[in-house]
Amino acid sequence: MPEIKEYLFGKTLAELTEIAGTLDLPKYTGGQLAYWLYKTDIDSFDGMTNVSKKTRNILAEHYDVGVQAPVNVQESTDGTKKYLFRAGSGKFIEAAYIPDGKRHTLCVSSQVGCKMGCLFCMTGKQGFQGHLTTGEILNQLRSIPERKEMTNVVYMGMGEPFDNLDAVMKSLEILTAEYGFAISVRKVTVSTIGIVPAMRVFLEKSKCNLAVSLHTPFDEERRRLMPIQNVYPLKDVVETIREFDIGKYRRVSFEYIMFKEVNDTRRHVNELARVLNKVKSRINLIRFHPIPGTPLLGSDEAAIADFQQALNDKGIVTTLRASRGQDIDAACGLLSTKELVKAQTLE
Amino acid sequence: MKRNLNLNKVKVSRQTEIAPGVFVLSFPRPWDFSAGQVLGIGTHATDEARLYSIASGELDDEVDVLYSINPGGKLTPWLSKIVTGDNIWVSEPFGSFTGTDDPAWWIASGTGIAPFSAMFRSGLTAGKKLIHGGRDLNSFYFNKDFSGFFKEKYVRCCSRDSAEGIYDGRITKYLSELPQLPANEKYYLCGSAEMVVEVRDILIEKGIPFDNIISEIYF
Repeated sequence: MPEIKEYLFGKTLAELTEIAGTLDLPKYTGGQLAYWLYKTDIDSFDGMTNVSKKTRNILAEHYDVGVQAPVNVQESTDGTKKYLFRAGSGKFIEAAYIPDGKRHTLCVSSQVGCKMGCLFCMTGKQGFQGHLTTGEILNQLRSIPERKEMTNVVYMGMGEPFDNLDAVMKSLEILTAEYGFAISVRKVTVSTIGIVPAMRVFLEKSKCNLAVSLHTPFDEERRRLMPIQNVYPLKDVVETIREFDIGKYRRVSFEYIMFKEVNDTRRHVNELARVLNKVKSRINLIRFHPIPGTPLLGSDEAAIADFQQALNDKGIVTTLRASRGQDIDAACGLLSTKELVKAQTLE
Repeated sequence: MKRNLNLNKVKVSRQTEIAPGVFVLSFPRPWDFSAGQVLGIGTHATDEARLYSIASGELDDEVDVLYSINPGGKLTPWLSKIVTGDNIWVSEPFGSFTGTDDPAWWIASGTGIAPFSAMFRSGLTAGKKLIHGGRDLNSFYFNKDFSGFFKEKYVRCCSRDSAEGIYDGRITKYLSELPQLPANEKYYLCGSAEMVVEVRDILIEKGIPFDNIISEIYF
């Protein structure tokens, strides 16, 4: 059985420099490695042409590069692509690439499955199979052909990013650092259901955008839709955001899936206006994409338009997210690798 | 990274291994709480707290915490070595997965029984039925208390072992086989994400309005 070596892909510059020191390599090797790992397409040490052969041999003795190609891709009629990656034995994750004119967005996963059990989410139905490493998160960007076109990265795929905070924070560093992928913090958004302590760490340490899954401003309704409400209620989430000075560069948005006759009434508009009073933010309405066995229905188009208008009239900037990739189950809330995980388990 | 739950030092009064790798840790109760609430536990004041449901009653002198060792975890291997007189760091209780006097089904897997133990020990037992799932016969924590009180309204579902009086199979199989469930009662679920979403799907399929299903998840 071949020896499994630690991967270099997913290490920060500080970690790469430390590794170079541990292996008695010149300190600048850390910077060279970061360049090859995050700014080029090489997938082996042989391609690192400005690194000496001797150094490459030492590195290859102890480490693997750790870049993994997707194992499958599906393409939607609207141009959206859903990439499938392996993430450890018998585990899979998905990432969605969404082109829209000059804007190219990659929706990445942070966990295999999800623990949060939201009533409306397909990923939640597969349960939780594990956290992704920093390398596995970034590999979703690094290994797809559209990598160089990417303008935006959103952490809205499988899993709850703030339940895997350390790996996600490291990935944000590498994604936005000059030595890394050098994507502007204004083009990166992390979505959470509102794990307050971890969200606070994110707001303190990162300048990336934040999106919070809100879905109803009423506590009792929210805890039926999202069990997290029992532990971290919306009021704590909003109060935490209020504590931070959300400058003009960081955007905070609240995601709101529209469920017919559940959360699409005028009562909800009024309560949203009250709850979000003086929070510099916007609301992003999302059409519901029904999942098997769900008791929920999507609001009709007229109700969505009325709701959006009513919120805008209240002074809350409200947009409606376009549904993309629905025909390949790449749209919001539809990512799942449950069947693949099951199949691997049975093999 | 600090997860910013304020943790205060408490002295452990007792720790008992009630099943292989499963412990009840106790310390004098420093605050009031509502049965069903959670607390954060850490190894020091600025530690990244992990959340656990309180298993003791609202008026008990001591707070009991039920946990199982997660071998790869940061906290529980350390916690399992704690002895009487050692310190641990805990947050104040919080959370709204709390019990009421209304009729309800309590459905738990593994250590997800903890909030229902707290509700039971707080006297919130009227009109309740308790369904507990476990892999083996050692998994039915506090079963003597429950079976003595609930009698036939306490159902143990065991997926790997068989024994008289124990349902042979998972909770999901047990619930699926029930011909009918009362639609106007509340259903409280606590356990792994897999259990919660599977049971919730079964309840909805059997006609329970999702408004009547309240879930607590481990994370």
